[in-house]
Amino acid sequence: MKRLAGMLLVVLALGGMVWAQNALLINGAGATFPNPIYSKWFDEFHKANGTQINYQPVGSGAGIKQVTEGTVDFGATDGPMNDDQIKAYRTKNGAGILHFPTVLGAVVPTYNVPGVNTALNFTPEALAGIFLGRIERWNDPAIANANKGVNLPGNDIVVIHRSDGSGTTYIWTDYLSKVSGDWKDKVSKGTSVNWPKGLGGKGNEGVTGLIKQTPNSIGYVELIYAAQNKVPYGSVKNSAGTFVKADLASVTEAASGAVKTMPEDFRVSITNAPGKNAYPISSFTWLLIPEKFKDTGKRDAMKKFLNWAITDGQGSAENLSYAKLPKEVVDKELKAINRVQ
Amino acid sequence: MATSSINVPSASPVAGSRSFLSKLRNGDEIARLITFLFAATVVLITVGLVVELWIGSALPRHKFGFSFFVTSVWDPIAEQFGALPFIYGTLVTAGVALFLAVPLGIGAAIFLAELAPQKLSDPLQFFIDLLAAVPSVIYGLLGLFIVIPMMRQWIQPALKNTLGFLPLFQGPAYGVGFFTAGIVLAIMVIPYIISVSREVLLSVPRDQREAALALGSTRWESTWKVVVPFAKTGIMGSIFLALARALGETMAVTMVIGNTPTISSSLFSPGYSIAAVIANEFTEATGDMHLSALIELGLVLFLLTFILNGLARLLMLLTTQRGSGMGHA
Amino acid sequence: MNARLRWRKLVSGFMLTMTGVCALVAVSVLFFILGYFVYNGGMSINWDFFTKLPTQVGETGGGMANAIVGSAKLLLLASLIGVPIGFFGGIYLAEFSSTKVAFVVRYAADLLNGVPSIVIGIFAYALLVLPFKHFSTIAGSFALGIMMIPITLRSTEEFLLGVPRALREGSMALGAGKWTTIMRVVVPAAYRGIMTAILLALARVAGETAPLLFTALGNHYWSPGWNQPTSSLPVMIFTYALSPYEEWHRQAWAAGLVLLGLVLMVNIVARVILSRGVAVPRS
Repeated sequence: MKRLAGMLLVVLALGGMVWAQNALLINGAGATFPNPIYSKWFDEFHKANGTQINYQPVGSGAGIKQVTEGTVDFGATDGPMNDDQIKAYRTKNGAGILHFPTVLGAVVPTYNVPGVNTALNFTPEALAGIFLGRIERWNDPAIANANKGVNLPGNDIVVIHRSDGSGTTYIWTDYLSKVSGDWKDKVSKGTSVNWPKGLGGKGNEGVTGLIKQTPNSIGYVELIYAAQNKVPYGSVKNSAGTFVKADLASVTEAASGAVKTMPEDFRVSITNAPGKNAYPISSFTWLLIPEKFKDTGKRDAMKKFLNWAITDGQGSAENLSYAKLPKEVVDKELKAINRVQ
Repeated sequence: MATSSINVPSASPVAGSRSFLSKLRNGDEIARLITFLFAATVVLITVGLVVELWIGSALPRHKFGFSFFVTSVWDPIAEQFGALPFIYGTLVTAGVALFLAVPLGIGAAIFLAELAPQKLSDPLQFFIDLLAAVPSVIYGLLGLFIVIPMMRQWIQPALKNTLGFLPLFQGPAYGVGFFTAGIVLAIMVIPYIISVSREVLLSVPRDQREAALALGSTRWESTWKVVVPFAKTGIMGSIFLALARALGETMAVTMVIGNTPTISSSLFSPGYSIAAVIANEFTEATGDMHLSALIELGLVLFLLTFILNGLARLLMLLTTQRGSGMGHA
Repeated sequence: MNARLRWRKLVSGFMLTMTGVCALVAVSVLFFILGYFVYNGGMSINWDFFTKLPTQVGETGGGMANAIVGSAKLLLLASLIGVPIGFFGGIYLAEFSSTKVAFVVRYAADLLNGVPSIVIGIFAYALLVLPFKHFSTIAGSFALGIMMIPITLRSTEEFLLGVPRALREGSMALGAGKWTTIMRVVVPAAYRGIMTAILLALARVAGETAPLLFTALGNHYWSPGWNQPTSSLPVMIFTYALSPYEEWHRQAWAAGLVLLGLVLMVNIVARVILSRGVAVPRS
């Protein structure tokens, strides 16, 4: 018994020992969507500077909450904080919170229709109708008219959406709210909504998994998941009337269109953006940085990181299926970084 | 039922306090106090949890009151919340899980404890114990990639063809749903039932078995009519453990249940459970009402467990035979 | 041999075979799972896995050294919190308490057991993360420790009560005090069952993800001391499994295998250490 106790004490002490930690540790949490590129960035930054930035992909909402509570040093989100949340942050922390866009991503409609191997075209009306439950079969004219020549079966459509609250859902519902008055009234936009019909999958992975397993299904996922898992995804008709299949160029074009009206705080929705070849379901993803840092070491490290990420870091974006920030946005951000005190 | 203490209580209060002090010097009384504190901590933690849940759910409780239990709408945007589909899903999946796991588990435990030679029984038990450590995420993935296709392609159609006249087995077969979640849960809780039941059966004194056999019963009769009842409370305990796990399981369920708040008589229908919706929506819940509604769901689950436990205990109380070894609530 | 006896023997043979079938079904399902694991995870296990930190996406190699150490620390502290409470609480219930108190404590333990792990995580978050404004190993261990209590408590009580009265009375007759009797005679007699329960509890919390997400968060780097966020195997599995990368999927399976290995090791070591010198006759 005594021997056991002695052993335990030694192990506890060992566990408590501080590993040689000269480097700074900064904690952040937020959106899952940009996790691959963030993990790459933080890793490279660590190799170059020794600063340890620990980012945990726990979800956009969690990121907003935790940075507001002060349990993490910065947050990340796919859906910008609304005014109430920003006010809540200010009340709790005595200073403001800043949004910094980092990369661009796209949400695509994926499907599993037996016999269909090509990319289907979807009009905004078709998408809204399907997810509202009004369009029930694959060979419905709303879908068939945009896909002449494709043999669509008369099977019932199985709708698949996200069960967990997520930025991806926010982007998707934001788009549907813009293109469909009915959707806006009945369901509206948010990270979690009251879906009129469909099954829920957990995470992008869950949705992709369900789609692969379920014939006649349709769902929405981040572009990178569709690409990596080789699930077919369709083109969406944008506001200029072109059917665009999501890719880096079309996403960047969507962002450029929005640059002219970019607000000072960078909170902007670029769904259904103008532009001939703009992909209509695109979005920025933001880092949430406190205006005031108590720890100057952390502050300087974060500013250095931001500077690097929106300039040099952009080079790694495309390999990982993210679109780069348009130059005008980068310039604006570089100036905005000085607001971090 | 605790074994009686040796200390003799004194008569008057003054003598009582004096004897309390002397009791304190007695090592046994200190031991009693310390172990009492530990036991009290358990109650304290549970109460603390309930208090936290109660406070956290104040908003929706005031707004919805009792209707929270019987409404089916779950709309975070319109801020309308009702718990009924989640309660239904939780109960149904746990029910299916126990329906499958209890007979299998007890049967297996009997085999391992009574029939299998020790050389087989011990290593097998080792492996079974190990499976309790498999993270629920893994069970979820296994459910997603193995159970769901199996259900959709073979099991559900087969059940429809043979037992399709029952409302239980009607409706489109997606693969996900109550039944699938129940099966995954059953797999997850079987190790608990087997492990604990086996240990309890092993601890039944040898003379009980031998007495039964000496009186001319068959092997099965001595097992089922003598040994198992002797171990009844322990086995019930293992079923409680299994039930608790099934009610509260999060990750695995959310990956195979379909995550749709529906109430349906068909086991093939997709559904939702309390733990699953909390896991899915908590970290992203925008708005205090949404968050608090999720916390209230946690409170509801607590209540459910409370009631189910009470019912089960009542059942045990009514069926415990006098004088059959360990009979206590 | 009359007809009734023949019938009873038939029933006996049949039912006993059925139990064998049950065992076969249960065991084969469980073996299948283990096999699936080993197959998928075995490929990713190499020396790097145990010694390196996780790399970024797209790079092969890298490991989960910090997650392994993190899980070990979390489980160690969780046991130190949960086991004593459950063990000594169980002793109180079995040896000292009145029926009423025992009923309340048992009920509370069963309730605690039924709380979804995520709710316990939220509880620990409210208690140990929010007030201190950071995630930590301690908060994670607290959540896991709470989850270990019910199984430990109920099983300790159950197995202690199963020890025949004669043993206790014999010890007291020899002049031993109550506490000595408990620790030297009753507990050793019930140790097998208690040990099983503790290891079962440990196995259960080893694989829990949800509570850790709210308490220990996660960490790409080493976590010094007990007060910083820490990586852990279940959280790594969760993150990697739900990602779109094949490489990360393989690592997730490997992590699952390592987790099982860890639990297996603890199982073996614990049984060996505590079985020395205690001869428990299997009745």
